[in-house]
Amino acid sequence: MEAFTTHTGRAVPLRRSNVDTDQIIPAHWLKKVTRDGFEDGLFEAWRKDENFVLNRPERQGASVLVAGPDFGTGSSREHAVWALQNFGFKAVISSRFADIFRGNSLKNGLLTVVLEQPVVDALWELTEADPTAEVTVDLEARQVRAEGVTADFELDENARWRLLNGLDDISLTLQNEADIAAYEAARSAFKPRTITA
Amino acid sequence: MGRTLAEKVWDDHVVRRAEGEPDLLFIDLHLLHEVTSPQAFDGLRQAGRQVRRLDLTIATEDHNTPTLDIDKPIADPVSRAQLETLRKNCADFGVRLHPLGDVEQGVVHVVGPQLGLTQPGTTVVCGDSHTSTHGAFGALAFGIGTSQVEHVLATQTLPLARPKTMAITVEGELPDEVTAKDLILAIIARIGTGGGQGYILEYRGPAIEKLSMEARMTICNMSIEAGARAGMIAPDATTFDYLRGRDHAPEGEDWDAAVAYWKTLRSDDDAVFDAEVVIDAAELAPFVTWGTNPGQGAPLSASVPDPASYEDASERHAAEKALEYMGLTAGQPLREINVDTVFVGSCTNGRIEDLRNAASVLDGRKVADGVRMLVVPGSVRVALQAVAEGLDKVFTEAGAEWRHAGCSMCLGMNPDQLAPGERSASTSNRNFEGRQGKGGRTHLVSPQVAAATAVLGRLASPADLSDTRTPAGVR
Repeated sequence: MEAFTTHTGRAVPLRRSNVDTDQIIPAHWLKKVTRDGFEDGLFEAWRKDENFVLNRPERQGASVLVAGPDFGTGSSREHAVWALQNFGFKAVISSRFADIFRGNSLKNGLLTVVLEQPVVDALWELTEADPTAEVTVDLEARQVRAEGVTADFELDENARWRLLNGLDDISLTLQNEADIAAYEAARSAFKPRTITA
Repeated sequence: MGRTLAEKVWDDHVVRRAEGEPDLLFIDLHLLHEVTSPQAFDGLRQAGRQVRRLDLTIATEDHNTPTLDIDKPIADPVSRAQLETLRKNCADFGVRLHPLGDVEQGVVHVVGPQLGLTQPGTTVVCGDSHTSTHGAFGALAFGIGTSQVEHVLATQTLPLARPKTMAITVEGELPDEVTAKDLILAIIARIGTGGGQGYILEYRGPAIEKLSMEARMTICNMSIEAGARAGMIAPDATTFDYLRGRDHAPEGEDWDAAVAYWKTLRSDDDAVFDAEVVIDAAELAPFVTWGTNPGQGAPLSASVPDPASYEDASERHAAEKALEYMGLTAGQPLREINVDTVFVGSCTNGRIEDLRNAASVLDGRKVADGVRMLVVPGSVRVALQAVAEGLDKVFTEAGAEWRHAGCSMCLGMNPDQLAPGERSASTSNRNFEGRQGKGGRTHLVSPQVAAATAVLGRLASPADLSDTRTPAGVR
């Protein structure tokens, strides 16, 4: 996983709530068997409208998405995270994320930052008024900074440590292989098996 | 202090617990399908890893599979490549696979329970958010992303922070015309698409206890639409009766030991939930969605709401956007909304009982002119059972199309899609923009409402059909 320490970039204000994963990446894109090449599928339906915020010339190269509440609801597709990253986003800010999307994002080094809606509102107003305004997402200090906005955010220490160091979860888990083996040895005989010996 | 059902199952699966770290949880059953697994198998290859527990892993094909001409090569080369990738991955790593054409093939959340693999007190994961379905057995079951799929393949565990628990108690008795689908749609409308976020839901109370396993699966299936990763129902005699004799259910002494354990899987009387919601079943009615998220629903007897009636600015804005997308106007009675397509199927409502319910409404009636109705059984086993009961004939004689098993129009990854602007009544789980096809408009409904809607060509319940049945012997 790519490590995340701090990032500064221009923002895309997305004034929508309940942005579901079918909007982020429609299902027909899910037939691909790679983790890359999803950038053209990102918000595919909405991007057909030339006035959609992501299509505006002043938003090109922006890397921080500031969205309404309940971002990433719906399907478990990790492709939604890959699509955002493939497009160039490094961080997403919202007042509330769907659980699975949040988990997926943190496993891929896309930082999802939860801020109170009034702070999101302030970021929307700032970046709509001035598209060149930069937003800094600082994971070390757990703080978002922009002109007139300084807001601390929470992220549990373990997730933060994994992100800051870009650690591989599987390798970390396998350090505890002995615990897994011990658990397996003690499992009840009646538990189901897909393959019977 | 007592523990909740979810806490008991969680505690029984902790491999390692350490201060400041998420719990490491053992996974009893890992279900795979073609869409969310290819990148996970690639990850294993790159790291030189194997599947740790092949005996706790099973795969099937469902999202991409066509529901017509399944004996011919799949027309879409990209879909075909994805299915071929799954077949190669399963062959390379030794994973049990039920491919298209196999008698055990079907929607992964229909296949697991019917094989008896989904059992009370187990942990079940799958790279699909509707894994919550399996919670109907008192299993702790939740959808995971592809990185986690790889993690489970390699370690048979997942590091997870323990969610909070929410009790959803349904008091009283469901009125005659009200189904499990109506109940869960009403629950989601009540708590919202984010209401369950961070919680494991436990559905309980007299109305839940009376439900069949199929109905319980419909309820737990849609927990994710309320934002909850998992929903559970305590196992009871209904659960044990469903499991007894299934392929992978325990036998003999193992059965007795299993049942003894399963009977302990109830929230203790003094258990404390982090949140509680109480629903009065008697107040419920057939329920449909009007908007573009599953929380935007109302009783069928209501009208399309006026966005101005929402106090919350974000909800008001969402309602405005939804009406625009759905081509509806505030105040329009829901019963006056005409549909082009009716879809019966999916992991929500593609089981035998769902097909029986839809068929009982359609029997002796006809699908309205200009309406296309697709009936897609959740699995090959469900299809065979339906044929044995003559349900396929009821559907085809009514003018509906009887298809092969798969996810089909629930998400339109195969050719079963809505055209732009087309409107459906669908027994599936998501009414998101474009979910069933680009520009398609979806109303989520129960199988009974789907069938009645097919007959009248507009959103309707069976009670609206009093005079549409051809007298017996005439049809």
